[in-house]
Amino acid sequence: MKPAPFAYRRPATLPEALELLAAEPDAKVLAGGQSLVPLLSMRLAAPGLLVDLNSLPDLGEINVAPDGVRVGALVRHADLLASAEARRVQPLLAMALAHVAHATIRNRGTTVGSIVHADASAEMPAVLSLLGGSVTAESASGSRTIPAGELFVGPLESSLRPDEVATSAFFPALPPDTGVGFDEVARRHGDYALCGVAAQVRVVDGAVAAASAGYLSVADVPTVVDLTEALGGAVTDASLAAAGEAALEHLDPAADIHATAAYRAQLVRVLTARVLRAAYADATTEGGSEA
Amino acid sequence: MTTKLMGQPVQRVEDQRFLRGGGRYVDDVLAGSASDTGQQVLHAAVLRSPHAHARIVDIDVDAVLDLDGVHAVWTYEDLAGLSAPMADPLPLLIPHPALTHGRTQYALARHEVNYAGEAVAFVVADDRYVAEDALARIHVSYEVLPPVVGIEAARAAEHLVHDDPDDPAGPVPGNVGARLEQSTGDAAAAVAAAPHRLALDLEVERSACTPLEGRGTVARWDPDTDRLQVWTSTQSSTGVRAAVAVKLGLDLGQVDVVTPDVGGGFGVKINHPWPEELLVPLAARALGRPVKFTEDRREHFVSSAHERAQVQHVEVGFDDDGRLLGLDVTFWHDHGAYTPYGLIVPIITSTQLLGPYKPEVYRVVFESLYTNTVMVTPYRGAGRPQGCFAMERTIDAIAAYLGKDRAEVRAVNFIQPDEFPFDQGLIFQDGRELEYDSGDYPQMLEKIKALVGWDEFPAFRAEMAEQGRRVGIGLACYVEGTGVGPYEGAHVHIETTGKVKVATGLTTQGQGHATVFAQLVADELGVRFEDVEVVTGDTRRMPYAVGTFASRAAVMSGSAIHLAAKRAKEKVLRIAADALEADPADLQIVDGVVSVKGSPGAALDLGTVSVLSNPLRYAFDEASKAATQFSVGDPGKPPVAEDDEPGLEGRDFYSPERATFASGMHAVIVETDPDTAEVKILKYAVVHDCGHLINPMIVEGQIHGGVAQGVGGALYERMAYDESGQLLNASFMDFLMPYVSEVPDGIDIDHLETPSPLNPLGIKGAGEAGVIPSAAVFAAAIEDAERIPITAMPISPSELFELRRTHDRPVVEPAETPHPPKETP
Repeated sequence: MKPAPFAYRRPATLPEALELLAAEPDAKVLAGGQSLVPLLSMRLAAPGLLVDLNSLPDLGEINVAPDGVRVGALVRHADLLASAEARRVQPLLAMALAHVAHATIRNRGTTVGSIVHADASAEMPAVLSLLGGSVTAESASGSRTIPAGELFVGPLESSLRPDEVATSAFFPALPPDTGVGFDEVARRHGDYALCGVAAQVRVVDGAVAAASAGYLSVADVPTVVDLTEALGGAVTDASLAAAGEAALEHLDPAADIHATAAYRAQLVRVLTARVLRAAYADATTEGGSEA
Repeated sequence: MTTKLMGQPVQRVEDQRFLRGGGRYVDDVLAGSASDTGQQVLHAAVLRSPHAHARIVDIDVDAVLDLDGVHAVWTYEDLAGLSAPMADPLPLLIPHPALTHGRTQYALARHEVNYAGEAVAFVVADDRYVAEDALARIHVSYEVLPPVVGIEAARAAEHLVHDDPDDPAGPVPGNVGARLEQSTGDAAAAVAAAPHRLALDLEVERSACTPLEGRGTVARWDPDTDRLQVWTSTQSSTGVRAAVAVKLGLDLGQVDVVTPDVGGGFGVKINHPWPEELLVPLAARALGRPVKFTEDRREHFVSSAHERAQVQHVEVGFDDDGRLLGLDVTFWHDHGAYTPYGLIVPIITSTQLLGPYKPEVYRVVFESLYTNTVMVTPYRGAGRPQGCFAMERTIDAIAAYLGKDRAEVRAVNFIQPDEFPFDQGLIFQDGRELEYDSGDYPQMLEKIKALVGWDEFPAFRAEMAEQGRRVGIGLACYVEGTGVGPYEGAHVHIETTGKVKVATGLTTQGQGHATVFAQLVADELGVRFEDVEVVTGDTRRMPYAVGTFASRAAVMSGSAIHLAAKRAKEKVLRIAADALEADPADLQIVDGVVSVKGSPGAALDLGTVSVLSNPLRYAFDEASKAATQFSVGDPGKPPVAEDDEPGLEGRDFYSPERATFASGMHAVIVETDPDTAEVKILKYAVVHDCGHLINPMIVEGQIHGGVAQGVGGALYERMAYDESGQLLNASFMDFLMPYVSEVPDGIDIDHLETPSPLNPLGIKGAGEAGVIPSAAVFAAAIEDAERIPITAMPISPSELFELRRTHDRPVVEPAETPHPPKETP
């Protein structure tokens, strides 16, 4: 399991990196390498050039503002998970990050890298989608913002062009009166989830004003479903069951060696109910998620 | 007086080194820099078949030849020219009369490949990167043949695994490699005549050893001395040595094999020689350069060995108390593409199935079947987990049928303490009678019931049910034949420094041999534990040895070391008595000093005795000077008497009549999630009897490791082959070896010590025990929680969920009795 030959560059500035990518269509960007390096070693990917971002300045920053959290391309999962500021503005980040693989992988893997890898079994693409976040992409020809809804186009396929570098991701802040929740079922602690659910629920005067959930591992792309109507304003056994069924209409749980499609559908029902209940409780708890 | 170390939880001497990164594994040998011949080590890689079953039409290696850094590329056609015996198939290590159609692979495939992963071509290059680049340039044309995957397909025999018209061994009809039947009487008649009868159909899937260190071999040919040095990650260095000598056409005396630290074996490394264990030395000799092969993880999954897959049919007849009147078992064993390790695994299943029980009549018949999958050789437990599963599921079914307590039905069937030695009337895997030497199963049952809280469980279940939680309890018993022969040997040498060097030939893969063997020597010789150094698996130090498998190292080498130390001690006392002008019976050895009991002035240390034992005419050290004040020997005789040897050494061998039988009982309490069908372990309890304990801490470590592997085998691991014979989960991402987060936080352990009468220390083996009852005990506990018959293991949450759907068992409170199994019509 040794990679095929490739060229390696470690540019010192972003323009230099973008130039390299523009000149070499067969290049791949390396940040944390948690997905890319195994792909190289198994010779499932054989790029001609690796452009290592790890010497670029400024990409390791987490910028927390009242409207949300901007995460640089070199921010490791572990750094974001440890950021109390980020957790305060958007508590869903830490809830989901705790489920991303294991500590050693979180120490090296980057949140932005995980997002643009566009794995529908990964936590952070689903979180970005649920929150309506975005990714900023730079290329030699300029900069653009890609909304999450336009980023994930297929299994392991994003709308990022080969000459672009995703320099940051933006996660909007938790709106008022809103609670969030996250849960997943994996075969082993830290494995890719068989099904995972992130949810946010807005509660006004005890009634559910809005509810939505983001799903991982049960569709080709991270999928967000609006469950406001299904809940009918309240969180009850019946309304939660209805929400699960409503979610399944938008999802396509598949069978693999670990689970049947029916079992994954069951997890959609169970986790939808658990996570909506938790998000509702979060919204109605004094002090919200900071408690 | 020095405290006896036997039975003490002595800290492992190995751990400082291992925990500080000081372990030295095969891949560390000749690593990095140029070797002492000034030559960089070359690296090998193997091209493996992508197909489960195919004819090789053509292999084109032309594109490799112009690749810089490639030193050799070999296919089958090249082997005979390098060494004539390499053209033959690999050895069938353990033939058996019932193995009428044994087959082994060639070091490199000849006409046909029979599993995805079989070695087809071998490349040696400057480094592993270039070697893998070269593999990508080899073009093989295959004619793909229909594969046989799984026991059902093997039995149906619509296609045959071995029907290559060019195979000199001929076809294997029906895919049946062997059929073996043993019985103690007419079991079918006994079942038919019994007041109650049940039939069960059971299934166990494949898993594998998956040691963290895979296979690896390094070889260096020394042209000056015409000798070959091999380092390999094996469980039998003497076996590899003999195989390499034969296959390379060398005299045994030209080959040294050293097994350095081994990062786990669990059985897979007892099979030998692997193709690479021959090809690497062959390349080292042919190229005149040291060569290294270090397997990667994917290779380990697809080209080493697996185990466990069986389909079983049990017919049982019993009385109102659940007493076994007739037991008639048929099973089908999937042995994969080849049978290098003979019938060891299914023979063990068929005999050890009986566990601590004594059915009045027993018959067992198995068919060992070929499939186009990775071959099957022993994996920790070696067929016992499957046998235990069949027996324990049967007992649980009887208890459910009779509405009796599961522990009670076990108790009425136990062999009683006064019945030992107990002959089960069968032939065991070593060709000897299956005769249990000692045990106390009723006492063990009481201990496990107390340890797990068996009698209190109904109250706990009710309490949990009130909270909407679903729990179940399971119990499983086993007996394990350990310490099989034929022999092991030991050499104990007391140097003039007083330090003791011990060598035994079997290998070590993490068990703590350097600790426990030193404990035995320290006790016997009266030396300090720190002064004893143990070497294993080095054919230069002990060329006669068998290997580390079948929970045999402590029994076999432990006994041999004890005997060799005894011999050394006899010589110490004889020489010291002469020097001190005392009677040997009056001497004692404490902390390495020999003295006359009651007269502390008359003493000399072991180093001095060592000097005196060797009438050398040159003196080098302080010990030699110290020795000058003593005189030994008869001045009228030669300096070395006719019946004596120079040096203070003891050498002995231990060869038992038959195996010694350890036993144990496990119990587990699980909770099953009513919604997600996830299984959580609430309590795991083990009572274990391996005779006298040398080091209880190490025995408990073995149990912990075994239970962890057992949890994997019961709840997580399987080999996911698709119908074309591709292994879909050949990585640690998809092969779900449990993490520390999946194994129980604590394991409650209690010991029972019924000494073995077969060896001087009264010990029994402990290495495999922890894994044997796992499938059985988890199936029992999940069945108890769910009230659904569990007949196939492992079981995943998804499968449990599907079982609930099949049995129409939505979220409800557990019924009073489990779903009764079907009665035989």
